[in-house]
Amino acid sequence: MRNIRTRKGIATIAVVAMSGLGLAACADDSGDGGTNEAGGTAPGAGQEECAQLEQFGDLTGREVSVYTSIIAPEDAVHKESYKVFEECTGATVAYEGSSEFEAQLVVRVQGGNAPDVAYIPQPGLLQTLVRDTGSVVEGPNPVSDNVDEFWGEDWKAYGTVDDTFYAAPLGANVKSFVWYSPKMFEKNGWEIPETWDDMIALSDEIADSGTKPWCAGIESGDATGWPTTDWLEDAVLRDAGPEVYDQWVNHEIPFDDPAIVESLDRVGGILKNPDYVNGGIGDVKSIATTSFQEGGMPILDDKCAMHRQASFYAAQWPEGTDVSENGDVFAFYLPTTSDEFGNPVLGGGEFVAAFSDEPEVQAFQTYLSSDIWANEKAKAGTGWVSANKGLDIANLRSPVDQLSAEILQDPDAVFRFDASDQMPGAVGAGSFWTGMTDWITGADTESTLSKIEGTWPS
Amino acid sequence: MTTTTPPAPPVRSTPAPPKTASSAARDALSGRWASAAAIVIAILWTLPTFGLLVSSFRPEAEVKSNGWWNVVTDPQFTLDSYRQVITGADVDLATYLINSVVITIPAVLIPISLAVMASYAFAWIPFRGRDTLFVAVFALQIVPIQVTMIPLLRLYVDPPFNLMPLAGNDAPGGGFYTVWISHTIFALPLAIFLLHNFMREIPGELIESARVDGAGHVQIFSKIMLPLMTPAIAAFGIFQFLWVWNDLLVALVFAGGNPSVSPLTVRLAALAGQRGEDWHLLSAGAFVSLVVPLIVFLSLQRYFVRGLLAGSVKG
Amino acid sequence: MTSTDKLIQMAIAVALFFAVTGAILLLTTRLRSRSGERVQAAAFIAPSLLLIAIGLLYPALRTIYQSFFGSSYEPLVGADGANFVGLDNYRRIFTSEDLLQVLQNTAIWVVLTPILATGFGLIYAVLVDRTRFEKFAKALIFLPMAISLVGASIIWKFVYDYKASEQGQLGVLNGLLKAVGLDTYRFLLTEPWNTFFLIVIIVWVQAGFAMTILSAAIKAIPDDIVEAAKLDGVNGLKLFRYITVPSIRPSLIVVLTTISITTLKVFDIVRTATGGQFGTSVLAYEFYVQSFRSFDFGLGAALATLIFILVLPIVVYNIRQMRRLEAR
Repeated sequence: MRNIRTRKGIATIAVVAMSGLGLAACADDSGDGGTNEAGGTAPGAGQEECAQLEQFGDLTGREVSVYTSIIAPEDAVHKESYKVFEECTGATVAYEGSSEFEAQLVVRVQGGNAPDVAYIPQPGLLQTLVRDTGSVVEGPNPVSDNVDEFWGEDWKAYGTVDDTFYAAPLGANVKSFVWYSPKMFEKNGWEIPETWDDMIALSDEIADSGTKPWCAGIESGDATGWPTTDWLEDAVLRDAGPEVYDQWVNHEIPFDDPAIVESLDRVGGILKNPDYVNGGIGDVKSIATTSFQEGGMPILDDKCAMHRQASFYAAQWPEGTDVSENGDVFAFYLPTTSDEFGNPVLGGGEFVAAFSDEPEVQAFQTYLSSDIWANEKAKAGTGWVSANKGLDIANLRSPVDQLSAEILQDPDAVFRFDASDQMPGAVGAGSFWTGMTDWITGADTESTLSKIEGTWPS
Repeated sequence: MTTTTPPAPPVRSTPAPPKTASSAARDALSGRWASAAAIVIAILWTLPTFGLLVSSFRPEAEVKSNGWWNVVTDPQFTLDSYRQVITGADVDLATYLINSVVITIPAVLIPISLAVMASYAFAWIPFRGRDTLFVAVFALQIVPIQVTMIPLLRLYVDPPFNLMPLAGNDAPGGGFYTVWISHTIFALPLAIFLLHNFMREIPGELIESARVDGAGHVQIFSKIMLPLMTPAIAAFGIFQFLWVWNDLLVALVFAGGNPSVSPLTVRLAALAGQRGEDWHLLSAGAFVSLVVPLIVFLSLQRYFVRGLLAGSVKG
Repeated sequence: MTSTDKLIQMAIAVALFFAVTGAILLLTTRLRSRSGERVQAAAFIAPSLLLIAIGLLYPALRTIYQSFFGSSYEPLVGADGANFVGLDNYRRIFTSEDLLQVLQNTAIWVVLTPILATGFGLIYAVLVDRTRFEKFAKALIFLPMAISLVGASIIWKFVYDYKASEQGQLGVLNGLLKAVGLDTYRFLLTEPWNTFFLIVIIVWVQAGFAMTILSAAIKAIPDDIVEAAKLDGVNGLKLFRYITVPSIRPSLIVVLTTISITTLKVFDIVRTATGGQFGTSVLAYEFYVQSFRSFDFGLGAALATLIFILVLPIVVYNIRQMRRLEAR
């Protein structure tokens, strides 16, 4: 029997359902993060990997519906990684991925047809859902404990809205990467730059040799512009540091603060420099109409040397490309502009929000926030990392994933979540994207930033 | 418009079959200029699709590195894209196809039936407020589906008067009902508007004489109107079929989130991969999806026959 | 559910629908009085009206109501009036430079698209009518209709693909330009022409609709009318101008109206091809963005309400045409 979420006219069904199981799930909506259990003994009781899930009892026959933005082919690995959960509890997981996830999730929640669990890629969307719909259920204690143990303050804060913890982190990606061709670098005797200045010097050297050093593409349908926002965020983290970055995200300083202007000009030194871009594609403006998928491809033809893009860009390289330290392509950490703020890492990730407090849902949340799941997921396939400290890097199978996990787990790294994903939708998924696109096609730095500032919801 | 072309002198050496307005006009427009115009339009309209067809048979690396016309100098073909489209998901493509069929057939038949009935009444049963009502119905075409999603979903999930919920986890029929009903709703204003137009073209004398002979509205509707409306019904049927077949939004919102009732478009939308890395598969996917509507179009075309009204009109 | 189950369920649903509808019609058929006619009219119309009222009218009214409230979807959250913003959402639209350009673009779309799509559809329908290859020729123009708007936009994005002249081209148009020695052109970036290149996409799709409907109308023109005209010496273009077009005039109006309304609602093309960038956005796309990306349901509702208002001139035109037809 599936759990039932509709409010009215189904009380009878619910009673039947519970008596059918012979166990009433004790409804607990006191909001203290307590857990609900189904009673009975979990099928996997006694097994080591099931230890944390035993408390939820026997969940046989129950189903957890999961709604995510992760679609084929990457969904297969996710489904694979739920096996342990299903064996431990007896519950099953119904997975649905959609390319229209963000809009559809809000429609479903507002329409009263929310899934049990959703993987939300933007803390900003989580805030909207919590504040505007009130349908997101508080994170239960075992989940909260897991996040304390495996992630720490920073990450937990991204899943917390108005001082209440809702959503545990799931996967993560590292955005502070520059893709390059190790073979091309070796052939030309280029070194991986250690500082931003080194990187500019290298760019000049490459430009002098007749190759445009950088290539980029920011076209992404209705999300066109987002890769430029990542550029700016990385630059802000390096120039002004994490504190200013947080103030900027929370609008404690204006969007067009002088510090941001400075950072955007730094980005402009590369992206709007006609000597640097757009290798293999065209001039500066061509960045705006080149899809982000194609943006780095000229590296394969030696027509471009560097492409700043997140770890997930690994999936874009055509089949047969050797993505490794000495292969066709690989990534290096986007260097810092000074030593002042350590090694800032810009990244993204998903958060597990629940719209039900049924025991099978809480059990699933608990499982996903554990180190057991992180390692299961790592073993199941490539193209995924997590900031979960319980994740054994040796379980990751691709070199880029390993590099990403190393950076994420590095105690010296200062992680910050993608700013545009945290800002209100009107900016983070609106004027920030369009503004950055206008900036590429010719708008100047000050007016671009002040225009975005003007769209911040009051 | 290109009708400013000077009329070519009509050349008629052989007695042609009785001319209709269009064929006569075509004769006038014809000669080389007209044929050339038709061919140019046809080529312009087909070229983008042709490029897509060629791309669907090219290897990934080629698609991503050079234009499709390079097949002329460097022909490389593969069925890889089709293979991935057909076998690439863990749910069988056939399942999606059947879901599409199960969604589409009622979602075409039901609105057309309702719309033919309504348009008959709007055209031939006089009652007070008829024109106002008709204008209101056709004006509601403007309402975008996006506006209706949340209110409709709420009604389905949590209907008033303790009616049975049609959506949600325990939806009857796994969620097909809500999809059928929604498609019907969204189709009705346009269907009524289009069919009403054809319905009005039918000469009033026909209805008058049937009335005099004692036929009621139901008889007139079923015995006279339906046969005469065949071309119009076929025409609208094609479009309704296409819209439903190509619909993603209604399926996403109203199919209850159940992958086992998802139509082909859901699979196609996921083809490119989460971050669009497999966009080269889209071309093959488009053609897989295109086959069925094209068959429907070609098979319904025979209902577009000339002169259905011929003979029924007074001489 | 197995596939067989689904098909059976479908068959049952369809059979049930026809059984119920048929029964209702048969029940009313015995009524012959004046009030009986009213009952019959109701039997014919009521099912459609009921569905339209629930599924379209109610959401439309709710949208208009919502346009006076703040961003949250639940306008009643602020039942104390806290969420009520009056005309603020509209003020935002008419004071934003970007949104004013959106209005202008929408006007260009809604004027050009119906004229071009109907024009091409009509000319083509006439040109291929009764030719040997009619079915095949029509299928060619129809083909784009069978591709979803998103699919069509992706196709055209490739057609318009830009690379600098010295690079290898992926897009066929720039491939052609390069082949004849011209510089490649930024079709989707160059304002204001990019709006026209986007309109090409919808014309490409909608011409098939116009052609199909108009072709059916052309075939319905009675032969005797044409014969009579020809006896009077009317031929060629004149026949087209004075017989064909007037004969299918109601259908022309229907096609123009339908395409206009469709154009007002279309957002997939802008969304897929440019994401509303480079000054190409239209009202329907802004409505989508505000409602489902920024989740500012109030502003989204105001934009949707503007779309409703824009349909009024089309409605008024249709009413006048209906009156004219009746007067005839």
